[in-house]
Amino acid sequence: MTPLAPMPFPESSFALTLGLLLLAPLAIAGIALVNTGLGRSRSAAQLLLGSLVVISTAVIAFALVGSALAAGTNGDHLFHLAGKAWNWAGAGPFFLRELGGAAPRMQLAILFELLSVALVVLIPWGSGADRLRLPAGAAIAAVMGAVVFPLVAHWTWGGGWLAQLGVNFSSGGGFLDGGGAAAIHALGGVSALAVVWIAGPRKGKFPQEGLSTAMPGHNVVYVLLGCLVALVGWLAWNMAGSLLWLNAAPTALAVTAVNTLLSAAAALVATFSVTRIRFGKPDASLCANGWLAGLVTSSACAGLVSPLAALFTGLVAGIMTPLLVELFELALSIDDPSGAVSVHGAAGLWGLAAAGMFAPQQGQFIAQLIGVSTLLGLTLPLVYFVFWLINCLLPFRVDPDGERLGMDLHELGGNAYPEFVVHRDESYR
Amino acid sequence: MKYAGLLVMPAGFFLSIAAILLFPASPQRTAFVVCGLAVEAMGLVVAVRGHMQLRSENR
Repeated sequence: MTPLAPMPFPESSFALTLGLLLLAPLAIAGIALVNTGLGRSRSAAQLLLGSLVVISTAVIAFALVGSALAAGTNGDHLFHLAGKAWNWAGAGPFFLRELGGAAPRMQLAILFELLSVALVVLIPWGSGADRLRLPAGAAIAAVMGAVVFPLVAHWTWGGGWLAQLGVNFSSGGGFLDGGGAAAIHALGGVSALAVVWIAGPRKGKFPQEGLSTAMPGHNVVYVLLGCLVALVGWLAWNMAGSLLWLNAAPTALAVTAVNTLLSAAAALVATFSVTRIRFGKPDASLCANGWLAGLVTSSACAGLVSPLAALFTGLVAGIMTPLLVELFELALSIDDPSGAVSVHGAAGLWGLAAAGMFAPQQGQFIAQLIGVSTLLGLTLPLVYFVFWLINCLLPFRVDPDGERLGMDLHELGGNAYPEFVVHRDESYR
Repeated sequence: MKYAGLLVMPAGFFLSIAAILLFPASPQRTAFVVCGLAVEAMGLVVAVRGHMQLRSENR
């Protein structure tokens, strides 16, 4: 099941995949809405404008440079170890020069990857809310779009070494990632962790004494509406991914869609119950996080497992997410306003492992574990190092005065809600 | 301490890679890969502890 193997890809599949990919940006819109709603009101315009800026930067960087590294061609960069060829980077043309003449399936792959890179960069951007400067966000997006995402995308989708684990080491069908749980969500999650580590917590989040200060999202309606919008995009994303990367037949797509919905629904029910038990009432923003975590696990599982297994993985993600959000904030001092490290990082890694557990192919579990190991053990340190370098050149964090004013006034010169009365922040007394 | 943790994590990754190179049989291979993941988790814990220590010093 090597991705982009010369499998038959009829015109009907081309049209179907293209149609699905045109719906996929709704997932991006949903995540942008969720990020904005979970941030503070005085940074809302900067967060949403920043979403457009980071998406644009990443897409351009990917089109100019990254697409060459992500592509799977006959002349890919290899090294040989233990008698096997390890395909670590693509060697396609820069600037998307040969896109018009490429095979229809390759054109769709590029479109899928362009949309994926737009989603990847939104994840750390949301985690850096209320203190990450716009130029720094754009620099992160440029590096992610030009180098980091293309490498991971090549390993998983472009016939790279992870995809070839099945052929080279008899590990199932190789590392499988139909909806982008690895190349999009887990990568986005580890990038978010690197961003919050480097940028530090928001001013007043962790006072010298006592528990951390609650800084609830400013608009839970955005957050919940974003979840509903994201569902449409996710359904399309997972189905398009199944067609492109798992070589699924169009007749198998209904199961993929059912699995996506089941996973999200089970996760929501689990998070709702957990927060109801822990706090006495269900927590809306944590429930949104749970819903998204279910969707993220479906990105790994939807095209591979049975509906019952999809329900189970979603359920586990829904239980795990609110507990992890709490653990990161209260015990580990990680200030992640959008909960991306738990929602995209942890749920993505869990989904990938679960896909290996429940997939019917022999040896698939090992291939998925190697993928998880790569994302955690290789990608996280690499991303942290790259971001640390960027931070030395272009500081991530806004100055204290800017943080006090709010990112809207400081970076854009005007508030998102100019008619609202902004109350004084108690944490600055 | 944070950097030490981040340096330990790739060691776990290489352990996982060594598993697929050295062990053709499934049980040993799985055990070795799980060990690699455990090393990564240890590195992550050290990195997180380092982060917490830095934060408490900067308060």
